[in-house]
Amino acid sequence: MNETFEPVLLRRVGKPNPQLLSGYIADGGYQGLRKALALEPLKVIETVLNSGLRGRGGAGFNTGAKWMFLPKNVVGPIYLCINGDESEPGTFNNRILIEEDPHQVLEGIVISGFATGSSTAYFYLRYEYGRCYRVLKAAIDEMYDNNLLGKNILGSGYSLDIHLHRGACAYICGEETGLIESLEGKRAWPRIKPPFPAVEGAFKRPTVVNNVETMACVTHILDRGPEWFKTIGVAKNPDDPRDSGSYGPKLYCISGHVNKPGLVELPLGITARELIDKHAGGVWKGRQAKAVVPGGISMGFLSASELDTPLDFAGPGRAGCLGLGTAAVIVIDDQTSMVDVLYNTCRFFAHESCGQCTPCREGTAWSAKILHRIREGRGSLQDLDTLTDISKTMGTMPGTTICGLADGAAWPIKNALAKFRDEFEEYIKSGRRTAVREFAGTH
Amino acid sequence: MNALSEVTKQKIRSQFANYPNKQALTLPALHLVQDEQRCVSRAAVAEIAELLELSPAQVQDTLSFYGFFKDEKNPLGNRRIWVCRSLACMLRGGDELLTDVCERLHVAPGETTADGEATIELAECLGACDGAPCILIDDELRLNVTVDEVVAIAENRS
Repeated sequence: MNETFEPVLLRRVGKPNPQLLSGYIADGGYQGLRKALALEPLKVIETVLNSGLRGRGGAGFNTGAKWMFLPKNVVGPIYLCINGDESEPGTFNNRILIEEDPHQVLEGIVISGFATGSSTAYFYLRYEYGRCYRVLKAAIDEMYDNNLLGKNILGSGYSLDIHLHRGACAYICGEETGLIESLEGKRAWPRIKPPFPAVEGAFKRPTVVNNVETMACVTHILDRGPEWFKTIGVAKNPDDPRDSGSYGPKLYCISGHVNKPGLVELPLGITARELIDKHAGGVWKGRQAKAVVPGGISMGFLSASELDTPLDFAGPGRAGCLGLGTAAVIVIDDQTSMVDVLYNTCRFFAHESCGQCTPCREGTAWSAKILHRIREGRGSLQDLDTLTDISKTMGTMPGTTICGLADGAAWPIKNALAKFRDEFEEYIKSGRRTAVREFAGTH
Repeated sequence: MNALSEVTKQKIRSQFANYPNKQALTLPALHLVQDEQRCVSRAAVAEIAELLELSPAQVQDTLSFYGFFKDEKNPLGNRRIWVCRSLACMLRGGDELLTDVCERLHVAPGETTADGEATIELAECLGACDGAPCILIDDELRLNVTVDEVVAIAENRS
């Protein structure tokens, strides 16, 4: 199937000036929007629901179902927020989508705004993506000039404004209620749910928060139909009542110890091994993979014996990982210490914990400190039990935190100590040291 | 009080219509001020608060959460260079890059070179793992960089 797969989301990458409206329209752009505007909004929601599209930002929630959660007959504004705070380590698909083909994303936003009854969309973009910001700004200006935004879009009677809103370098703003708080001008502390954003979100109004790649998928679902979308990917497993299928194309980010890091578009369900060997030129320097991050570091690790895991929504979970996440694959070669890798992930979460919930604030900080101590040659075997204990007690799953950041911080610890425990024990017993000069974690 | 120029104030006011309340302008206002002044002074915080009809403590609360905005005692250099230390970069030399850049420039992360040319920051994942190790220069990503290249950028030689 992969050999014949025609890219959908990346089909225009590499064309001359792919960011311009004229080129996008020449390639068939804005047909999905025209088709959507000819329908009732509810019909657009049903179309997306029928496609089985699941959000591409990490949680994998059904997009149409998320829209259906909006209350009926709302009086007053409904807000659409686009989550462009892509910050999960290993992930860069939104950046390339925006930089290379902004109208594909923006078309999906207009369609989604129409479906959800929003007349204002806030595009929350991480500050680091300055080029994306400028590309989007130019594309949005072109849309206003061509009646694709603003009042009475294409004569449909539907009106939408899109406002770009830049973040300030905080991972937690990718959590949807953290994003909303940040948008409102506050510290980005995630909210207790319920109420869910669909009921009470931005500015206390019903709100939908959707990922950038999800928006690009919506564009094609409206243009080519939900049945077409369902021909791509992995069908729902009838034996698993919790599986709702993994339909559609997916952007896989590949980085770390491979010969050809980059972004690849494939049907959902490719195995980690095939992705690495066929699409990333294999592990670098003729080495073997020791571990592979399946979908951003918060998803944990696949071991070398688990590389035939399909990277669909269900696969990584079957291998003990947290999930597919952002489908950002980071390859770690057999010369790398898992102690160093785990220290790096723990340091990341300690830096990015927002500090609101004590188990996360303290748990992430102490796990980083303990691993630092181990890397200085001062670890004890008991430290491994302490780390395991921390990993099992922080997060929404044990019910101790408001948002999932701590679950994501815990998962690499759980996986590393379950799958690579011998290496950790050997490291501690040998008195090895790999700590380098460390800087204070502030900025 | 004139910590904020009239032009900056006008740029902030011009966005009022984009949001249902003025507090939502906090981050856009902080960005505008820091871009213009290379820091956000206490006086600027007070003027932003007045403009947005907030308490200065509310603006300060948001400002301090992000760790992104500098106060007047520690303004940004002419360029702000963020060196990524997260996993994808670490696997391809990110930690060494950060250490070496700091040593060559005689700064620690968060500090500005003596000539005021560059502020060096440590960054968590910059979203350019396809070009690790990577840096961010103000808000432009630069992929697959070497120590020599980063030092040259910091010294305004490239």
